[in-house]
Amino acid sequence: MQEEVHSIAGADAADSVGPKSKQGPLRRELQLFARNRELFLLSVPGLLYKLIFAYLPMVGLIVAFKNYRYDKGIFGSGWVGFDNFKYLFTSDVAWRITRNTVLYNAGYMLLTTCCALLLAVLLNEARTKWTKFYQTALFLPHFLSWVLVGYIVYAFLNHGDGFLNRMLISLGMKPISWYQDSGPWPFILPIVHLWKAVGFSTLIYFAGIMGINSDYYEAARIDGATKLQMALRITVPLLSPLIVILLILSIGGMFRGDFGLHYFIPNNSGFIFPTTDVIDTYVYRALREVGNVSMSAAAGLYQSVVGLVLVLLSNGIVRKINPEHSLW
Amino acid sequence: MKKGIELHQLVINLMFVLLSVLMVMPFALVVAVSLTKESAIIANGFQFIPARISMDAYRYILESPDIIVRAYGVTTLVTAIGTAVGLFVTALTAYVISRRDYRYNRITTFYVFFTMLFSGGLVPAYILITQYLHMKDTLFALILPILLSPFNIMVMKGFMSKLPFEIVESAKMDGAREFKVFFAIILPLSKPALATLGLLIAFVYWNDWFNAMLYIDNPKLVPLQLLLVRILNSIEFLTTNSEFTQSLAIDLSQFPNNSARMAIAVLAGGPMMIVFPFFQRFFVKGLTVGSLKG
Repeated sequence: MQEEVHSIAGADAADSVGPKSKQGPLRRELQLFARNRELFLLSVPGLLYKLIFAYLPMVGLIVAFKNYRYDKGIFGSGWVGFDNFKYLFTSDVAWRITRNTVLYNAGYMLLTTCCALLLAVLLNEARTKWTKFYQTALFLPHFLSWVLVGYIVYAFLNHGDGFLNRMLISLGMKPISWYQDSGPWPFILPIVHLWKAVGFSTLIYFAGIMGINSDYYEAARIDGATKLQMALRITVPLLSPLIVILLILSIGGMFRGDFGLHYFIPNNSGFIFPTTDVIDTYVYRALREVGNVSMSAAAGLYQSVVGLVLVLLSNGIVRKINPEHSLW
Repeated sequence: MKKGIELHQLVINLMFVLLSVLMVMPFALVVAVSLTKESAIIANGFQFIPARISMDAYRYILESPDIIVRAYGVTTLVTAIGTAVGLFVTALTAYVISRRDYRYNRITTFYVFFTMLFSGGLVPAYILITQYLHMKDTLFALILPILLSPFNIMVMKGFMSKLPFEIVESAKMDGAREFKVFFAIILPLSKPALATLGLLIAFVYWNDWFNAMLYIDNPKLVPLQLLLVRILNSIEFLTTNSEFTQSLAIDLSQFPNNSARMAIAVLAGGPMMIVFPFFQRFFVKGLTVGSLKG
């Protein structure tokens, strides 16, 4: 371990800290620290920040095992063991939010990846001076916050004045109470997500395609390969590291629902929770609207633990198949 | 042969034109509604082509612009401070873990990276900030919770570890201290990465509504996105908000409720929709500026 420490971190102190010195291990560690002191000081703001805003909250997770009361604080509140979890998992809520979170995320992932790959390949074929314009148009929704997307969707779905209902009426059909009917939401949410996210993924894959050596395509063309063959045999395989990294990231985030999408787009309407509620919206409501702090923390802990397991698993599997593609 | 290629390119281009129109149409609807006379909305609903064009909604809002101007002020301030401080600390931390000769390199990397894999979640953070740090209704609650993203640190680290290490070595030979090396050599060399990440951080601050929803009740500290949340959540916001109505003695039945909501969305979201696309390439570069794997 010590051999890795190059002497430039503190050349002046190097002589006294060789393996031959007779000082105790503590003393030696202190001297090694002194050598790295300046770099350590540079990292202190970041370390302190993470300590307070990332690691302290992890300690705070014990509220999931307590009956939290604001007046007693985290450490004063009484222990209840696993009661919060028992309550959570015996109600149908846990199943509902888990199913919604996982299924929606899987759907978003597949839909966005497939569409973005297809668009990136086509964009590469289009090659006109218009390409820049298409890119901007595809990318535009990325710049919106979910709140603003909420306004746009509201303009389409509003019961009385919404564009869709007025169109249904003019076609002689019955208007639909979108914000009270849970049926259409498994289609609405993926469409909205795709609209907002597809541009970003497309541009990333497009940048990846631009980086592919054109010799491959030249050779394939000489051998008489079709465009489709080139896309499937050259483009997709060469993009696979990028695809895999993005997939690992989203599999790891499989348990992390998109709060903005699932809160603002359904307008937090209680009627449609069965098909819109995800873990994150449930945690938020339990904390802010219902005021059941410990239950909210229990759901949050459940989410964090399963999320961690998923990241480790997916990275482990990828590393088994192809170590170069894994995140670490 | 040549004609065939042109044909398939024509088809692809046509498809992209169509797709581009589809992508932009939803924006057009909101703008159109904001420009429609309220009576026309009541009669025809929201339409892409206003039956009667009117600037009433904008006039009502801009006659007492205090709320929007203040919200712009809060958002701008939070974005400016958050981006400057966040970017600086990101660079500091990334630099230290990019130094392979730093003795605590691996443990520091793990310390940062682990927060990406596991988090305490919403509730403990909420209790910490409201009950222990007492930051409710302060700008700190808008800035601090998203100050430092481990993902950005990793990206920055990827960039910095590609900088030629010999420069650092020779500077140290000349007796420069680590602070000097960081400020005089590393920061200037990292300008491209700093620009990209700075933009990404600013974007996150500008569009953040979550922390405001959690921590801000004081009307004077409401940022743009929270203003939008409140208006979206309550149709009656404009008609019950005294700052808009009382000062103008508005006849509530005449008030452009729907168009005004959309007009606020346009005024709050519009300017950035024009600014951000100019920086489009940075958003893509953010992922590739330092390869993910360190």
